[in-house]
Amino acid sequence: MSAEGISKFDLVIAGVGGQGTILASDIIGKAAVKENMSVRAAETHGMAQRGGSVVNHIRLDCELGSMIPMKGADVLLALEPSEALRYLEFLSDDGIIIVNTDPILPVTVTSGLCTYPDVDAIIAKLEESHKVKAFNATELAKEAGHPQSMNVVMVGAVSNYLPVSVDTLVECVRELVPQKTIAINVKAFEMGRYVTQG
Amino acid sequence: MSTREYMLGNVAIARGIVEGGGQVISGYPGTPSSEIIGTLAGMKERDFYVEWSVNEKVALEVAAGAAMAGVRSVVTMKHVGLNVAADPLLTLAYTGVKGSMIIIVADDPSCHSSQNEQDTRRYSQFSLIPCLDPSTPQEAKDMIPYAFAFSNKVQMPVIFRPTTRISHGKSDIELGPVEETRPTAEFVKELERWVMVPKNARIQHPHLLEIQKTMQEELENSPWNSLELVDSAKVGVIASGIASVYAKEAVMQQGINASFLKIGTYPVPENKIRTLMENTDKIIIFEEMEPIVEEQVRIIAQQTGSTVEIVGKMPGPVPRIYELNTDICADVLAEVLELERPDVPAEVAEDFDYDRCRIDLPMRPPVMCPGCSHRASFHVMKKVYGKDAIFPSDIGCYTLGIQSGTVDTTLCMGGSITVASGMYQAGEKKPICCSIGDSTFFHTGMNGLLNAIYNKADITVTIVDNRITAMTGHQPNPGMGKLATGEPTIEVSLEELCKGMGAGFVETVDPYDLEKAEEVFKRAKEYKGTSVVITRQFCVIDAKRSGIRRKPFSIDAEKCVGCKLCVNLGCPAIEFDTTTKKASINAMCTGCGVCAALCKFDAITEVKK
Repeated sequence: MSAEGISKFDLVIAGVGGQGTILASDIIGKAAVKENMSVRAAETHGMAQRGGSVVNHIRLDCELGSMIPMKGADVLLALEPSEALRYLEFLSDDGIIIVNTDPILPVTVTSGLCTYPDVDAIIAKLEESHKVKAFNATELAKEAGHPQSMNVVMVGAVSNYLPVSVDTLVECVRELVPQKTIAINVKAFEMGRYVTQG
Repeated sequence: MSTREYMLGNVAIARGIVEGGGQVISGYPGTPSSEIIGTLAGMKERDFYVEWSVNEKVALEVAAGAAMAGVRSVVTMKHVGLNVAADPLLTLAYTGVKGSMIIIVADDPSCHSSQNEQDTRRYSQFSLIPCLDPSTPQEAKDMIPYAFAFSNKVQMPVIFRPTTRISHGKSDIELGPVEETRPTAEFVKELERWVMVPKNARIQHPHLLEIQKTMQEELENSPWNSLELVDSAKVGVIASGIASVYAKEAVMQQGINASFLKIGTYPVPENKIRTLMENTDKIIIFEEMEPIVEEQVRIIAQQTGSTVEIVGKMPGPVPRIYELNTDICADVLAEVLELERPDVPAEVAEDFDYDRCRIDLPMRPPVMCPGCSHRASFHVMKKVYGKDAIFPSDIGCYTLGIQSGTVDTTLCMGGSITVASGMYQAGEKKPICCSIGDSTFFHTGMNGLLNAIYNKADITVTIVDNRITAMTGHQPNPGMGKLATGEPTIEVSLEELCKGMGAGFVETVDPYDLEKAEEVFKRAKEYKGTSVVITRQFCVIDAKRSGIRRKPFSIDAEKCVGCKLCVNLGCPAIEFDTTTKKASINAMCTGCGVCAALCKFDAITEVKK
């Protein structure tokens, strides 16, 4: 768990290059800064972005380094199921996993070199050790108006756990997504938020 | 109005350049440094000159010329770029500068996007040019105006060395005021200072050594070094740059009673180190990569006859490779101070074992994009030259073709044509066909081609020309007809350039046209001497951004026999179902049509809408 005096909230966002993990992290970071918190975040750029596995760390009310220690994160937000498992080491024992159940097959699988594990088995595995909120965020994004808004669905889903107000988060969604897609993304945020409520 | 903004480390550094009143900014793209110039060049209004230069040596010399003329200049690059620019760097230390000059070199510990993890602080020691090492994005921004002023005061360039976690970290940044004054460019002729003939170099070298002490004293008391002495503490922690925030967190996390010296400058703050030594029995040093601070601490201990115990990596428990982090620092502290780490079970500190999950995760390496033309170029190269041929390659997106069998060597920027030449001159009898991107060719590939042609190397050079510097984030280059700022300029012709250097065989082909490309490569292979094939097709990402849309393709399951010819291209848009033994095309298809041209059963066709 995020430790007192070091950080108020530590979040790991895992996904695949191209899914919009950086935008998701930006919405949360910018919102926290608006609420006068110090923020530290680490991103994957460069070579790793080309469809590779990506992970962002984001620490709210933290003035130290951006890298969350092992078993340090309060929430693991996974935009892809196998990536949840890949970065599980960062989640604290009492931490929560929010995971999109829609898989993206890596080229090692599409070309038949490896097999992709059964999604239900992944979720069951995650549930053995942690509290899990699993749902198909890609489907919700399509309902909201565009599959690409999946990252914002996930931001909505994690919003129930963040020490940042919903209004500020929505304000940042509006500021950071392309002008033409504001309505879709605000809807996506709300749909995601609804899923993890209660 | 708030003066705090949430931004990327490199954007904060760009802001520092604006606040410090930078006037001439040059650089060559390289992860993790590229967004600094990207940010400055993308500003709608600017009162400075900014360029993408063709390589780091050129960029450093452009900035040096500006600083010789008396203005404030900056050059940006990644760590390996400084090897290219090392020639001017080491003599620039002798000439010094008249205005101000900052050499920004972004290091990449852990090789996130690099071919090695060299430590730029060694270049600072080697060249005797001072270096600043930020610990947070905020400090990175604040160091830039300081560096301009310091550089001007001591009339020396300054190296500024962020690492990946600074450059690609995000943070809230407190903005500062913008420097209003702008020195005017006016070069003053001073032969002794600017012309490094032996007579003058012999004067400048002792001068350079003399000013080291002045610079060290000035830097010692800068805000970038700080010593917190705890009266009751017998343990001292020294940490530099980004390692200082990791070490700080580890100390706080474990409630360790320790004095703490944070270092952000080289030469190191010797007085502060001495004070720490006098007040502690044991000093633990955290720095990423090379033991540079540690060497200095050990020298000071030897000079002062101190008996303090020094723990670091010479040898010691602190790793000399890869990035550090809070866990590594905490483990070292626990080991050295014999503390328990009840919060983290031992197995977590070890490499995470996926088997523990009893689920095998598929590897997810970065790959070339769906529809990337490099994939088509590689396919044809392999078909024509044969899988036993030798394929030296270079640095760019095409290096991701490592699994395709057409990337046999990757040494450094421009190292494809030269390595190919060397293999040929060594008497290697197998056909040799190397590959290099357009930007890398302009960078240092040209020299290699000139050398190959001049020395009669019988090799084929494939310039995979996707009309952009793609891997580092789509920067323009001399082949595109536009500047860093987007302003139009001359479009340099690769064909004319190669012919001008004496190439007798220069042909250009669209790699999506497999048949034509195969025919061209066949003739290139037969050609005696250095042949050049330019495979030209827009980068798919850039094409999409500029509005080029192609119809996607699909596979007729009835016609698919499961031969896997298309699957073997390794395109992320082509999937293979192991139960039905049929291939299919997913939503990622960008419509390049290469798989359709390849299919012998006409099973792949354009989707009609």
